[in-house]
Amino acid sequence: MIPASFDYSRPSSLDEALAVLGDAGEEAKVLAGGQSLLPLLRLRLAYPTTLVDVGRVAELRGIADHADHVFIGAMTTHHEVIRSPVVNEHCPLVALATATVADPAVRHRGTFGGSLAHADPAGDLPSVALALDMDLVARSSLGDRIIPAAEFFVDYLEPALEPGEILVGARVPKLGPGWGFHYEKFHRTAQAWATVGVAAAVRRSNGTVEEARVALTNMGPTPVRAVTVEAAVRGVAADRNGSLREAAEQAAEGADPPGDLHAQPDYRAHLARVLTHRALLAACAV
Amino acid sequence: MTDTMSEVGRARRRKEDARLVTGRTQWTDNIQLPGMLHVAFLRSPMAHARITRVDVSAARGRPGVVAVFGGADFAAEQGSLPCAWPVTEDVVIPDHPPMAVSEVRYVGEAVACVVATDRYKAADALDAIEIDYEPLEPVLDMTEALAEGSPTVHESGNKAFTWKFAQGDIGEAFRDAPVVIDRTFVQQRLIPSAMEPRAVVAQTDGDRFTLHSATQIPHILRVMLALTTGIPEHRLRVIAPDVGGGFGSKLQVTAEEVLCLLITRRLGRPVKWTESRSEGNLTVHHGRDQLQRISVAAERDGRIRGVKVDLLADMGAYLMLVTPGVPLLGAFMYNGIYKMDAYDFTCTGVFTTKMPTDAYRGAGRPEATYAIERAMDELAVEVGLDPMEVRRRNWIKHSEFPYTTIAGLTYDSGNYEAATDRALALFGYDKLRAEQADRRDRRDPVQLGIGISTYTEMCGLAPSRVLGSLSYGAGGWEHAEVRMLPTGTVEVVTGTSPHGQGHVTAWSQIVADALGVPFEDVSVIHGDTASSHKGMDTYGSRSLAVGGIALVQACEKVREKARQVAAHLMEASADDVEFSDGRFRVRGTTTERTIQEIALATFAAHDLPEGFEPRLDAQATFDPDNFSFPHGTHLCAVEVDTETGATTIRSYVAVDDVGKVVNPLIVEGQVHGGIAQGIAQALFEEAVYDAEGNLLTTTMADYLLPSAADLPDFVTDRTETPATTNPLGVKGAGEAGTIAATPAVVNAIVDALRPYGVRDVRMPCTPERVWRTLQNRALQNRALQNRALQNRALRNEEGASA
Repeated sequence: MIPASFDYSRPSSLDEALAVLGDAGEEAKVLAGGQSLLPLLRLRLAYPTTLVDVGRVAELRGIADHADHVFIGAMTTHHEVIRSPVVNEHCPLVALATATVADPAVRHRGTFGGSLAHADPAGDLPSVALALDMDLVARSSLGDRIIPAAEFFVDYLEPALEPGEILVGARVPKLGPGWGFHYEKFHRTAQAWATVGVAAAVRRSNGTVEEARVALTNMGPTPVRAVTVEAAVRGVAADRNGSLREAAEQAAEGADPPGDLHAQPDYRAHLARVLTHRALLAACAV
Repeated sequence: MTDTMSEVGRARRRKEDARLVTGRTQWTDNIQLPGMLHVAFLRSPMAHARITRVDVSAARGRPGVVAVFGGADFAAEQGSLPCAWPVTEDVVIPDHPPMAVSEVRYVGEAVACVVATDRYKAADALDAIEIDYEPLEPVLDMTEALAEGSPTVHESGNKAFTWKFAQGDIGEAFRDAPVVIDRTFVQQRLIPSAMEPRAVVAQTDGDRFTLHSATQIPHILRVMLALTTGIPEHRLRVIAPDVGGGFGSKLQVTAEEVLCLLITRRLGRPVKWTESRSEGNLTVHHGRDQLQRISVAAERDGRIRGVKVDLLADMGAYLMLVTPGVPLLGAFMYNGIYKMDAYDFTCTGVFTTKMPTDAYRGAGRPEATYAIERAMDELAVEVGLDPMEVRRRNWIKHSEFPYTTIAGLTYDSGNYEAATDRALALFGYDKLRAEQADRRDRRDPVQLGIGISTYTEMCGLAPSRVLGSLSYGAGGWEHAEVRMLPTGTVEVVTGTSPHGQGHVTAWSQIVADALGVPFEDVSVIHGDTASSHKGMDTYGSRSLAVGGIALVQACEKVREKARQVAAHLMEASADDVEFSDGRFRVRGTTTERTIQEIALATFAAHDLPEGFEPRLDAQATFDPDNFSFPHGTHLCAVEVDTETGATTIRSYVAVDDVGKVVNPLIVEGQVHGGIAQGIAQALFEEAVYDAEGNLLTTTMADYLLPSAADLPDFVTDRTETPATTNPLGVKGAGEAGTIAATPAVVNAIVDALRPYGVRDVRMPCTPERVWRTLQNRALQNRALQNRALQNRALRNEEGASA
C-alpha cells in the first residue's frame, strides 16, 4: 500500500472525533472499517489530508431495539449485524443483504455505517436503506440531523453528509407483520461487487401483494427505487403465474445502469428484470 | 525396508509451511539492509509513443529523493533484456532496453525511476517527472497487425517468426475426408497472479554484487544478468529467498532486476523495489493470448485422420526470456492422447503494443489441450457419438505403450482406460446425462452440461538434446548434492528453486528412504547461487521428475561410499554388505553399523579404507532421456442459467495419473490449485486492453480471480501408472490441473447450450458473454425460421401458380 501522506487521528469518543473532524477541514475523511476507503487510498484515487479513525469510538457501535425502529450504530460490523437477533427479528432484509457482503474477513472489519456513508451504488446496503426507508442520523457540533435514505445518496460516492458531520447510525423502521423480504444479488465472484442487486420487501394478504418496496443495487450513480415495479405489483397475485414477472419487466424503468467490464448497461437492465422477478418470488415465499 | 515404513508415498505435512504461512520467513520485501533506498518506477501511460523530452529535475528536489534517472541515464550500460529461445534462424529479436530511452511500446513500460529514502517518498516524487510523448499508432489486434499497411511495433514489422512442423501427409488426410471440423478458438490473455508480488533487493560492496529477487530461476538469472549487465558471473550472487508463488511469472529476467543492479552500482547503496498489485498487473509478463485455428479430418465413425493447427501467438511488444518458445511447447501436444496419420502445425508470433507474454502455468500445453479437447467434443457432435466414445475410439490403448505419437514424442506409459473408467464412476456420468435429457425436455431455464477433458502433457523439462534441437539457449539437466553431516543428519543442496511446491518436504522423504535416516533429519538448501552453485531451477513440472532423480543418484553415491566404509570397519568385502533401513549388515551375520555411525567414522577419519577421501557427500547431475507424460480424465458438470447467463459448477471429478507419488498431500494441493486456475481461465480471468492500448484490468476488482467461495468441492482420485523413464517412476503434477480443467469447463458450458444452437462460447465464459451468445442464437434462429417460412410461402405460391 503506497498512499500519499496524510494525518491520522484516532479519537476515543464521538465528541473528540467531531472536534478533530471540525478542525481538519474539508479534505478530512472518516475511517470506519477501511474496506472501501483503504483501497482508494492505496490506488491514490483519494487524497484525504486527515483520516479520522473512529474504530475506537464505542458509542458508534451496537444495535438498540426501540418501539418502532431498530437503531444500528454506524461502527457495528457486518458480522455483528448478521448475528443480531434484533436485526433478524425486526429487519431481516438488513441481515440477508449484509450476509452477501464479500467474505468473512471483510464482514468482520467492514461496518454498517461505513458502507452507507461510502454511498457506493454497487454496495449492498444503500439499496436496502432505500427500500426500507431508513432514517440516517448524522451528528456534528450543531447536533443531530436526520436524513431520510431517499435524500442521503446524492451521487456516486457522495452522501448527503456535510464536512464536520459523522454518520452515527440508522433507524430502521419495524415494518410489522405480513412482510416478506429478499435480497437477490448477482455477482461474478464472492468478493466482487454486485453486478446488480435487488432488495425487496413485500406485504401480502390473502395471496395478493398489498404493498412492495423494491430498490436496486448498481443500476445508477445512486441506489434506485424501482417505483414502477412497486406500483405495478400492488394488488397482483403473489404466485408463479406470471403477474410478478410482468411487474418485474419494468424494473429498469428510470434506472441509468453503468457499463463496465462485468456488464454493459443493456445486460444490467436485463438482469434487473430477471432478478427483480426472483426477488419478488422469494419475498412472497412462493 | 518394507513398504509400510517407506517415507515416499506418505502424506507428510509440509515442513516449510509453518514459517511460510505465518510470514516469519525471508520474503524479499522483508529484507532490510542498512542504508537501503527504495525505487519507484514511472511507467508509460502510452501504448506506443516516441519519447521527445524527459525532465527529472523537479523530482530531484522532492523530499527524501536521492536520485532520479531516465532511460538516457542507463542507455550506455543497460543492454537488452535477453531472449533465450530464438526459435527460428530468422526470428526477430528486437532490442529491449530495461528502461525505455526513445520509444515506448506498451503501457507500463518503465520510463524513469525515483530512488528515495522510503517507498512513499519515492512514489510521491514520480508526479514531478515530466515526460513528453509523441503518440504513435498502437498495434492491438494480431490479425490486423499482420495485414498490409498496419502500423508497426518495431521497424522490422509485426511478425516475429513463423515456425512450422509437419508429420505425415496432411493433404492426404484431409482429401475427401468424410468429416472435417474447423474451429477457431481464442486463448485470452491472462495475468499470472502469484500471491507474493515481485520484489528485488540489490546491493554491492563495490566489487561483489548480491541480488535478492522473488524469482523462480536464481541460477538462470545469474547467468543472464552476467551476460546482460557485464557484471562478471563470479562476482554476482543471486538469491531467491522464500518465494510466494510464480506460475511461470517469475521465470523471467525482468527490467526491474537489471535496473536495481545498475542503480546499486551507480549509487553504491542497497536498493529495494516491490511492486504494487496494479503495477504487477501491468508489467508481470502475461500468459496465453493465442488465436487458434484447428482443423480435424476424421472418418464417419469418429476416427481421426489428421489434425492441422494454425496459430497466431501474441508476443506483446518484445521477446522476453522464453516468449517465442511458449507456443512451441504446445506444438507437440495438439494431437493430445490420440492416434492419427498426419499432423501439421504452424505458428506465427506477432508483435503488439502490449505487455510481452511468456510462460504461464502449463505454457503452451494448456492452449494445445484446450483446442484438441474442444475439437473432440465438436467431432463427437458431428459424428453423433457420445464425446467419451469418440475419445475412446482414438486414444492410445494401454497395450500400445510405449507409443511414438504423430508429433514425434514417445509416451512411455499411460492408461487412459483406467483413469477414465474411474472418473466416470465417481462422476455418475450416466445419471447426469439422464438429468440433462430431462432438463432439455422440460425446457428448464437452468440447463445442465457435461464437459470432458482427457489430457496428457509433457513435463519434466527437459532432455538437453531436445532443447538444443528446438534452439533453446540452455540444457534441461538438474543438479543435487547430498551431504551426511558428522552427527548423522543430512543436508541436501538442490538446484531446483521451490516457490510453494514443498520441495523441502518431498526431498526429505526421498532422502529418508534412500539413506534410511529419519524424515526430520534432512534439511534442504536452495535458491542461493553461493550455496547452491548449480541448477536449472523450477518450472515445467520438472523439479521432481528431473531434480528428484539427481537427488536419488546423489544419495546412491553417498550410500555406496558409506558401504565401503562400513565394509572396512566390519572387515568384510563391500559385496557382502547389505543396506536396508539405514543399516549396513554383513550378509548372513548380525554384524551391522548404522549409516549415522559411518558418518561419524568418516568425519573422524581415523580408520578409513586405503585411499578413501574422508567425506560422505556426493553430487549428481541428471539429464533426462525423455519427457514424462502425466495424464488423466477430468469431468465437469455445470448448470447454466439461461436467463442470466451465469454458470455454476455443480460437480468436478479429476482422476489424474502422475505416476508414482512421493507425497499425496502435495499432489492433492497441486491438483486443486491447478484446477482452480484452469477454471479461472474458463470463467473469470482476462486481461483487457482498450482501443488505445490501456490495460483496463489493473486491479483485482477488474481482473477477477476466484476464491474458495467461488469453486465447488473437487472430487479427486488417482491411478498410478509409473513413468518408465526414471527410477522413481514419477511424472510431475504441477501443471496437470490447469491443463485439464479449462476445456472440461467450456465443453460443459457448450454442452449445456447445444439445444439453443450454441457451438462455442469464447473464454472467459462470463455471464454476460453467455447471455449475449444466447441472444444472438435466438436472433439467428428467428431469422432462420422466418426464412423457412418465407421459402415455404414462396413454394406454395409457385405451386399455386403452377
